[in-house]
Order: sequence, then C-alpha cells, then structure tokens
Amino acid sequence: MTADSLPVLTLGGYLGAGKTTLLNHLLRNADGRRLAVLVNEFGELPIDEDLIEAQDDELISIAGGCICCSFGNDLIGALNELSGMMPRPDYVIIESSGVAIPGAIVSTLSLLDGVHSDGIVVLADAETIQTAAKDDYIGDTITRQLSDAEIVVLTKMDLVDTAMAEEVEAWLGQTAPQAAIIPSQQGQVAPEALLGVVEKPGTGHDGPHADKLFDSMVIRPPDGTPPDALAKRLATGGFGIVRAKGHLPGPDGACWLVQTVGKRFEAVPSPQRFETGVVCLGLRGQLDRDAIARLIAETV
Amino acid sequence: MTDTTIYVAKKILTMNPNQPAVTHVAVREGRILGAGALSDLEPWGEYTLDDRFADKVLTPGFVEGHAHTMEGTLWRNTYVGWFDRRDPNGKMWSGLKTIDAVVERLQEAEAQLSDPDTPLAGWALDPIYMNNQRVTRQDLDRVSTTRPIGVLHASGHILNVNTKALELAGLLKPGINHQGIPLADDGLSTGEIYGMEAMAPVGPHVGFDRAMTDCDEQGLRDYAKLCVRAGVTTCTDLAARLTEESVAMMLKVTGEDRFPACIVPLRIFFGMSAKEVVEFAQALGKKSTDRLRLGRIKAVADGSIQGFSARMRWPGYHNGAPNGLWYTAPDQMSDLYHRALEAGVQVHTHTNGDQATQMALDMLEPALRAHPNPDHRFVLQHCQLADAAQFRKMKALGMTVNLFANHHFYWGDEHYRLTVGPERAERMNACRTALDTGVPMTIHSDAPVTPLGPLFTAWCAVNRITASGRVQGEGEKISVSDALQAITLGAAYTLHMDGEVGSIEVGKRADFAVLEDDPMAVEPNDLKDIPVWGTVQGGRIFAAADQ
Repeated sequence: MTADSLPVLTLGGYLGAGKTTLLNHLLRNADGRRLAVLVNEFGELPIDEDLIEAQDDELISIAGGCICCSFGNDLIGALNELSGMMPRPDYVIIESSGVAIPGAIVSTLSLLDGVHSDGIVVLADAETIQTAAKDDYIGDTITRQLSDAEIVVLTKMDLVDTAMAEEVEAWLGQTAPQAAIIPSQQGQVAPEALLGVVEKPGTGHDGPHADKLFDSMVIRPPDGTPPDALAKRLATGGFGIVRAKGHLPGPDGACWLVQTVGKRFEAVPSPQRFETGVVCLGLRGQLDRDAIARLIAETV
Repeated sequence: MTDTTIYVAKKILTMNPNQPAVTHVAVREGRILGAGALSDLEPWGEYTLDDRFADKVLTPGFVEGHAHTMEGTLWRNTYVGWFDRRDPNGKMWSGLKTIDAVVERLQEAEAQLSDPDTPLAGWALDPIYMNNQRVTRQDLDRVSTTRPIGVLHASGHILNVNTKALELAGLLKPGINHQGIPLADDGLSTGEIYGMEAMAPVGPHVGFDRAMTDCDEQGLRDYAKLCVRAGVTTCTDLAARLTEESVAMMLKVTGEDRFPACIVPLRIFFGMSAKEVVEFAQALGKKSTDRLRLGRIKAVADGSIQGFSARMRWPGYHNGAPNGLWYTAPDQMSDLYHRALEAGVQVHTHTNGDQATQMALDMLEPALRAHPNPDHRFVLQHCQLADAAQFRKMKALGMTVNLFANHHFYWGDEHYRLTVGPERAERMNACRTALDTGVPMTIHSDAPVTPLGPLFTAWCAVNRITASGRVQGEGEKISVSDALQAITLGAAYTLHMDGEVGSIEVGKRADFAVLEDDPMAVEPNDLKDIPVWGTVQGGRIFAAADQ
C-alpha cells in the first residue's frame, strides 16, 4: 500500500439485506469525503433521487462531490478510471452483487496498484439471515459471504424482538467469529465505523461520530510499543473495537500505521510522519474504554 | 414475373415428413417456392434449371443455437490448439501436441511482426491433452522477452502470458495473493492466469481486450466465412452486450449484399436490472432485419463444470471440490422470468450443473403461473447434467433445451475421471432422454470453445465418443435422422424460427447446406467427415472455396 493508495470498502450481502439503504445513509453523511460508489448496475436506482445532481449512462453525480458509477462486469476497469479521476475520490465503496463472494473482490483489488482494501462489510437481514443461510440454493453463498466479513451489519433490527435479536447475534457470533457485529436500524450506522476513521496528518482527535450508538477513544501508546503486537491486541483482545486506525513510532523509531477492521489487523511503516495516536471505535457500551486504557498502561 | 430457379440435386433431405427426400427445389425471391420432382414444380411457370448441385446433397441450412461470433475475431491471433482446425480463409492449422510445438508456432508468428512492441496473442491452448502439463512464462519467454505475449486456453477461462506481459500489467511482483494467479517457487506468478477478473489487468497488454466477447466488424465477416464452411445459414451469438455501436455495426455488416448468414445475437443479463434488460431487449427486437434477429435475452445461472464453478446438487463434485458459484441470484432469475414472460421476451438460461438447472426450473414455474405464456420456449443452454426428472419438468413447463454435444467429445474423459464421475458423465448431455421425454432439443458447439460445425456436433450426439476414443453413455445416443433434425428444425424451434427456416418446404427461406455426400447414407461414424461445399442463404449461393 503506497502513501496515496485509494481505500476501497467492499459492501456485500444477499439481495434485500439493505445495501441500498445503507449506501444512501453513507452518502448523506459523507461529511466532506468524496465517496465514489461502484454498483453493478443502475437498474433499480441505487441512489435516493434527492441526492442526485446529474446522471448519464455510467455516472451519477451526487451532492457533496460524491459519485456513483456502474461497473457491469469490469470492476478493474472502473477502479482504474476512478484512480485516474481529477479530483480523485477519497474513498471507494463497491456494492457487490447479491451472490458475489467479497473475498474474491478483495483479492482482485490486490492485483491493482494504487488501491487497497479498507474493509469487507457484509450486511445481514436480522429477520431472514438464519433461514437464508439454510436455503438449498443460496445458503452456502451466504455463509461464504459471512465468513469473509470483517464487519457484519445486522440490518432491520427494528423488525425483530429482543429474543430474536439476541438469537441472531449469537448465531452470527458463531457463523462469523472473525467479524465485528454492528446492529442497525433503518441503515443507520456511523460512517466512521464502516468507512474508517478520518485521518489527517497532525490530528489525533476523536473522530466526529454523531451517531449515539457509537463511542470512540484515542489512545497514545508510549514510544517503543511494538506496532504489530498492539494492532493484534486491539483487534483480537475483546475490547469491542470495530475499527482502529492511527500511528505510533515503532521500536525502530520510524512512524508506523496500525489499523484494524473486525479481527483483521495490520501494522506497516508509514511513508509520512504523523502525531502519535490511534482512534478506536466501537459500539457504545461495548467499547471497553477501561480495558483499552489498561492495555496501554501494561504495555508501558 | 419474378425469376424462378429450380435446382436439381443428387438428393435433397427436406426434414418434411411428407416428402423426406426429393430431387428438385424451386427458389423465388430468396424463398422456397416448392420442393419435389421437377414435374411438381414446373406448373409455377417459367424457370431456369440450375444443375450446379446435380452431384451434391442438399439439406436445410444448419442452425447453430449456441455459438459466439467472437471466434471470427479470435482467428486474427495465432492458433495453438491440440486439434486440427480450419480458419475462416480455409487454411487448416495442424493441432500442436507439445509445448515446444506451441512455442515454435508462436516464434514463427513473432518473426512476422515488424513493430517490436505489438503484442502477440495465441488462442485455443489446451494442456489437458498434454497430461495437464503447465505452460509457464519461461516457456513463452522463449518466444520473446521484450514483446508481451498471451495465449488464451480453449476454455477461454485461462490465459498464459510471458514475463514481459506480467511486467506491463504490474503483476511481476512478490506477495500476490489471488487464487487466479498461482505462484512459482520464486514467489512470482507462473504466468498462468485463471478467471476473467485476474485476466483483466493483463489481457489488454497481450491483445485480449476487456470487451473481447463483442465481435468487431472484420471478425463478424470472418465468422460468416466459418458459417459457410460449416453449412450454417442461421447462427446465434450467445451473448453480447449489444451496445448501440455494436448493433449499428452488426446491422451494417449483416446488411451487406454478400453477407451469408442470419445472425441471432442475445443480450446478456448482466450489468442491467431485470426490468431494464427486458425493456432493452424489447426495444432491440424492433430493429430486427432478415439477417439480424434481435430481442432475446441470455441469462447465466452458474459457471462451468471443469472449472468447478458449476452449481451441483448432492453429492457434488466427484473429487470433493466445493460447490460452484451463482452468476445470477435465484431471486434475480425469478424477477427476470416474471418480467420476460409478461413482456413476451424469450430467455435462454445457461445452466451447467444440475442444481443450476433445478434453480431455473423452480424459478420458472411460479413465474409461468403468474404470467401464463403458452409458447414461451424458454431454453436451457448446455444443461449438461440434467437428470430424467428434470427433463420431465422441462416438458411440463414448455421449455426447450440446447445440449452441449461437442463438450462430450472434448472433455467427456475429464468428467468421467475427475469432475462428476462415471455415472453422471455417462448421462451428460442426455439427447436421447430429451427426445424420449418430448422436450424440443438441439445441440451446439459453443464456438469458439469448440469449432463451429453442426455435422461434427451431430456426430458427437450420434456416437458419444470421447477424445480418448471411448463410447460414453451408450443409452443417450441418438439416430442420425434425429441429429439432423436437431441441427436444423430443432434449433430453429428454440429460436421461434421454425416457421421460416429449418426445413426445405414451400414458403420458407431458401437456406441450404450443400454437402458432398448424403449424411443418411454414410456410416454414422463418418458423419463428421462429409465435406461441405458451401451454403445457399436466402437464395444466394456461397461456395466455401470462394470464402
């Protein structure tokens, strides 16, 4: 991943899981980010009409500098075009088809210079996901999608009762143990949780997260903390972190980027120097602030 | 008074049960005025008797129900297949039996290129017949280290490239983690690239463009030459995106005075919603001409059996490979069927695995109840693994089927040994079951995957011989006359064109295959070797030798 590599989020899930609703929510809350949404097709219009500024055959211009393009069967071509666009989008979201396996899309991304995967989000309809996962035709596709997920957004939680909500969350915990699970209603999810934490050189503050469902904190690990060990702990330590991203000086003195999505983590040398600070974001009530604070103390 | 020509032939096989074989056919205004004895036709009035076919056998022009005109474009690359194959200009390219021979032919082609940067592309490679020996980038580097080279496999799903091509595509780097790009011991790509997605970054550097499925102008003209050589007068193109430009191109080329075939292109259900694609096909249908028939849709349910991407029912793949992939979700297929039935637009659905076939059947039945359509003739394309119950269901639902007889010859051994095992391999492409069940049936080549040639396709269905020479599925063999029916009227029926082509009868288009021998008289095993003199299409005469 190079310094100016374009982050790409893969948004998966079977038909009717709520991808379109979520996309529109993200576009409405882009907060200055120029999002580029790639969809298979424009057919059933994926973008709320009031957001559309202009449209031609292959590109929809959206309020706030965002765009939506259809890629048909040429994802690589579409990504290459986006990379070359002036001004270039800040962030790309691929809405994959209902039967696509997200991991396959991500491995395709790995072939392209100038883009990198910034997460796999799979949507699951709280009402129907367990039945669909047993379906003769699509059951294995759905479980394959879930097993590729780094974040699972459990949609339509307003349509199930508490017992059912608990049951489906427990089921997902077993079916997609590697993923962070975010319950949502009407597609309302804090954009930072899905799109990653806004990162600008010199900042290290709590990101804006208007959504009361989410909580975040910034940690400042002491100099010399091994970046890979820290990333691994943040991702797998059971702290309720959905995403974490930030920088710290490693034992070698260089600046390192650490980031986690669900239980996936990475630590790579950063091409630029940033102020030390890692933003951790999770569900309010699940983000274990005390434990995270203790982790830093222990590392010292 | 318009001109009438009466052709006399050694024998005319009509596919008309009232007079299966006659000696004369009268043609007026590009249509058949009548078939029979000369005395039956003379009452139509003044005529010219033409005896150029006096020593030939005429059959209805062959109808190919599943092929791709892109073969015309592919022939501009170097042929490196295992089997002998004739190009559009009639040159026979010998099959290559070793990797060294492949390299040598590419070296010859390379020597012809003057510009040092022009990519060199080959096609139809099939290492399955070379004991699955892998071709590497080092092999192709023997052709050139400075010019990008790519060789497409016969299946169309694998591409071999040299080091230069990998470099240009940015793929000559360590750390690639992609199941379509296997790595060698040195941690770099072997040069073998699997699947359309992985091929996309490198294809354009070796002359295989992203839009390769769409034939170009010269490619379409070249493809038509192949039709003449194969006796084909009506041919599908299954399928294309049918952009405005490509439709304009096809209208222009097929409208040329000497274009020798009727092309039936289908719009693929991809990159459009069901609603859009049905409206699109309806609008296109209005642009149809005598030689370009538009307005049909092709959907793809699953992948391929040998690629392990076909959707299989229990017990799945014989070698334990995980189930394949849906290319179209069942709900989307259902949506498409509902809308297409309502609009009266025909859908052809690619299903390879038996679960994909079952899915199509399951989606169609409720759609038919909602939108009764007594003559929809929806086609299952390939439908290679269907069992008897599925054929009975097709019959009940009014479906038709186009079975992949050629596949049985080329890859039957692989299926027997590896993918599906003996029992299912024996029943693959079950032509006999289809006919016994009363499902209207045709058979196909899927050119360029296998060569266009309905007589060869008929031979495959009649003899069921595999490449290694075994008979696979004795019980699914069909007779020569059933096979001839399948490649003429049978295919025409799947396109709702049986009223205008597919038999030699009064009122139909004057489309004939002109053969040097009688397919009903030769040994069934010699069916594929009958020379094709050429065709008559819409009353116009096309000799293979002139192409």
